[in-house]
Amino acid sequence: MRSVDVVVIGAGPAGMSCAVEASAAGLSVLVLDENPAPGGQIWRGIETATERRGRILGPDYGAGRTVAQAFRASKADYLPSALVWNISTEKVVEYSHRGASHQVQAGAVVSATGAFERPNPLPGWTLPGVTTVGALQILLKSAGLVEEDAVLVGSGPLLWLMAAQLVDAGVPPKAVVETTPKGRVLAALRHLPRALRARDYLWKGLALMRRVKAAGVPVHSHATGIRIEGKDQAEAVSFAANGRRVRIESGHIALHHGVVPNQQVTRLMRAEHVWDASQMCFRPVLSDMGETSVAGLFVAGDGTGIGGAKAAALQGRLLGLRLAARAGRSVAPERIERLSAGLAREGSVRPFLEALYAPPAWINAPEDATIVCRCEEITAGQVRAAVDLGAPGPNQVKSYLRSGMGPCQGRVCGLLVSQIIAAKRGLPPQKDDYYRIRPPMKPLPLTELAAYRPEGAK
Amino acid sequence: MTRNEAASDTLVIGGGVVGAALAWGLARAGERVTVLDDGDIVLRASRGNFGLVWVQSKGANMFDYARWTRRSADLWPEFAAMIGEETDLDLAYEKPGGMHFMLSETELEAARARNFAMKDVTGPDDYGAEIVDRHELDKIFPGLGPDVIGGSYGHHDGHVNPLKLLRGLHIAMEARGVRYVSNARVESVAKDGAGFAAETAKGRFSAAKVVLAAGHGTTELAPALGLDMPLRPEKGQILVTERCATRLLPMPTHVLRQTDEGTVLIGDSHENTGYSTASYTPVLTDIARHALRCFPALAALKVVRSWGCVRVLSPDGCPVYHASETCPGAFAIACHSGVTLAAAHAMELAGVIASGSFGDRFAAFHPRRFSHAQAH
Amino acid sequence: MPKRIETGGATVTFTFDGRPVTAIAGDSVASALAAAGITRLRDSVVSGAPRGIHCMMGACFDCLVEIDGIPNRQACMTLAAEGMTVRAQQGAVSVSEGGRA
Repeated sequence: MRSVDVVVIGAGPAGMSCAVEASAAGLSVLVLDENPAPGGQIWRGIETATERRGRILGPDYGAGRTVAQAFRASKADYLPSALVWNISTEKVVEYSHRGASHQVQAGAVVSATGAFERPNPLPGWTLPGVTTVGALQILLKSAGLVEEDAVLVGSGPLLWLMAAQLVDAGVPPKAVVETTPKGRVLAALRHLPRALRARDYLWKGLALMRRVKAAGVPVHSHATGIRIEGKDQAEAVSFAANGRRVRIESGHIALHHGVVPNQQVTRLMRAEHVWDASQMCFRPVLSDMGETSVAGLFVAGDGTGIGGAKAAALQGRLLGLRLAARAGRSVAPERIERLSAGLAREGSVRPFLEALYAPPAWINAPEDATIVCRCEEITAGQVRAAVDLGAPGPNQVKSYLRSGMGPCQGRVCGLLVSQIIAAKRGLPPQKDDYYRIRPPMKPLPLTELAAYRPEGAK
Repeated sequence: MTRNEAASDTLVIGGGVVGAALAWGLARAGERVTVLDDGDIVLRASRGNFGLVWVQSKGANMFDYARWTRRSADLWPEFAAMIGEETDLDLAYEKPGGMHFMLSETELEAARARNFAMKDVTGPDDYGAEIVDRHELDKIFPGLGPDVIGGSYGHHDGHVNPLKLLRGLHIAMEARGVRYVSNARVESVAKDGAGFAAETAKGRFSAAKVVLAAGHGTTELAPALGLDMPLRPEKGQILVTERCATRLLPMPTHVLRQTDEGTVLIGDSHENTGYSTASYTPVLTDIARHALRCFPALAALKVVRSWGCVRVLSPDGCPVYHASETCPGAFAIACHSGVTLAAAHAMELAGVIASGSFGDRFAAFHPRRFSHAQAH
Repeated sequence: MPKRIETGGATVTFTFDGRPVTAIAGDSVASALAAAGITRLRDSVVSGAPRGIHCMMGACFDCLVEIDGIPNRQACMTLAAEGMTVRAQQGAVSVSEGGRA
């Protein structure tokens, strides 16, 4: 079996940066990424984006080009279109590439699989024409595609970034419907002094809002009671704002309520997690080094808790250096200190942003009739009834209802189901309140599994 | 914890298929029952099993078990109908018979010999397992792989959606007034005055009788009640495919079963890895290869998930039912085939437990048989 | 309505339910379909409700389509290629005896 010092899963900011540093220090590194090109989601299409796209997407996106170039120039072995579908407790990483499965023994596994957008369980959210805001941005980054007359609904920095990018692309959104509840600014203010250490984020955020408003885009604030209407396709979104019901017709409704760590790898390996009340999500418990409770499994980037692309790249570099130092390679301590200081500065704005853009409580508490598990079409009411029946947690709910048993394997509904159960109990989600993740991490052809001959097979 | 003090006739420890079937049966017999169950992440064979209601080959080493299995299979249609009626939930129980594919002459001969040895097990009522040749198999299973040379067909075999069974039992027992308390892992259970008391994460519960039906959790609790529950773990891994709209399999087989939802369950392995439920890929690939050998049409499907689960096995693989001699009113029930035996547990065993004593029933399932074996 | 912000570049052509779709190089099947204004990619397996792209990053599995005879492929994770035959899906996979979807 092939053996490498480090297997990095994911070629986004954290994964690429980790691979660059670890390989520069002399470790053998294999980067496995499901996408056909490096960049992850935040820097998607970074190597192929045209100049015009680059201008619209801005300098934060453009920064990815340098990282991708360094990654390409590094000694790290990079395998795109490689889907990791299992990791054994002995850190044998199993992946699918071009229709065949392979295995590699890792000295250390780095999960750099980033984040998902928080699910937006609203009436009508399964209709064609309803996407996440992230999906809109991916269409722009990877295909130069924009939607005219889109309505952006939700809260968080990405909502405003996307709105501004659509303005810059000459197709301003038909409206921005902001769901941030009243009083959040006040609640966030106590974090402002610390956030000023990274004030450029704040100025950038304000500039985005100004640009969108200056373009004449109608902005509705503190919206609640959001419903997407349509029979076979989204036709309109309606909501309550300022004491009245508003209805806006559009065939494209984009939803966003922030991003949350992708837990698939860390849950598969049964690493310990903790509920983060500030970010309203689970994150893996990590040592100072970035190691999970499972020896040899490390996490860098948004998978550790949401910190954004810059922080992810810094975390990746730091982890790369630390893995090298751990393996006895010489690493200048000043480099580690410098990166740590940069990371601390990046993190200083997060409490402010988290307080300001904490998702409204109702987004995690859907109406009974609203679907939460999109694959198996299980509603919030069914989940609540399962708890009433006595289900001790999400895995029993899954058994009762099939929620999380469809092809997405709980990626979309996992966090929601945990929160709905917790709300019924009147306690925050407990550390094990999550679906057991099992291999294969994504559906795998039975024929591919049969053709695969891992060590130990008959 | 005043709510725990509500009087119960019986505490059932374990909320899986075995415990829930007994609790429902006890409630049906007029008892007030409390079911104490563990948390969300424990072994839970009831969530990991294959869903066969299987008669053929069971009890080849103990005919009492063969007869008891058959009794349960005979009760299953009525049992499924009752649970269905009480819950409005279709358990997806079917009794089309079941097939055991044979891939070699040796396997086929062994099956033939076993069926012959068991032909009179249920007296004048035919045992109902017969060898079918490849020609007959082709009529039943179009698309069978070339390596399958024959099969053993069991007339009394069937299958059920085991997750719906568990949910249905939970709904039905609640409708009959059973109190189900989850996240209440039982730390200890002991004689308490005229009855029994269990200490749990949710406080103390007491009742006149206690039934241990907690799978592997039973072993540790049993000695304090004068009960003996020698059990061993054995891991089985199962693959499940995406949903398939085509009805691929007209009946369940011992390693392939298409669920009412269209997914195909592919089993099964026998691994001695203690209480671990970890996935082990080399075995998963063996399972995939065997499935495709039996049934190449599965080639079009993707595997969505796999899991490992720990069987509850006694030393001889047959059930262990023990009514405590030293603490009358305490019972321990363990078996590997909680799904197959659910009907008999619910409709017969529960009634016997409600009567307070086994009498001379179930003597064959007494754990003393293991000490005898050791003595020889 | 969807709109490309750039013109030119190499194109590839595939079919969706028999209808020709032009993609630009680098398009996923999903982005090419979105650019062509096709939003309904399948009917769900449980209720038969219409579904289309949602996350565009391989997480939600809502953009499942049949590509070159293989069902349940993620349109957002598959690069568009010349001559592909893409079909919308109705419900769960159907299988023939020979093991072909």
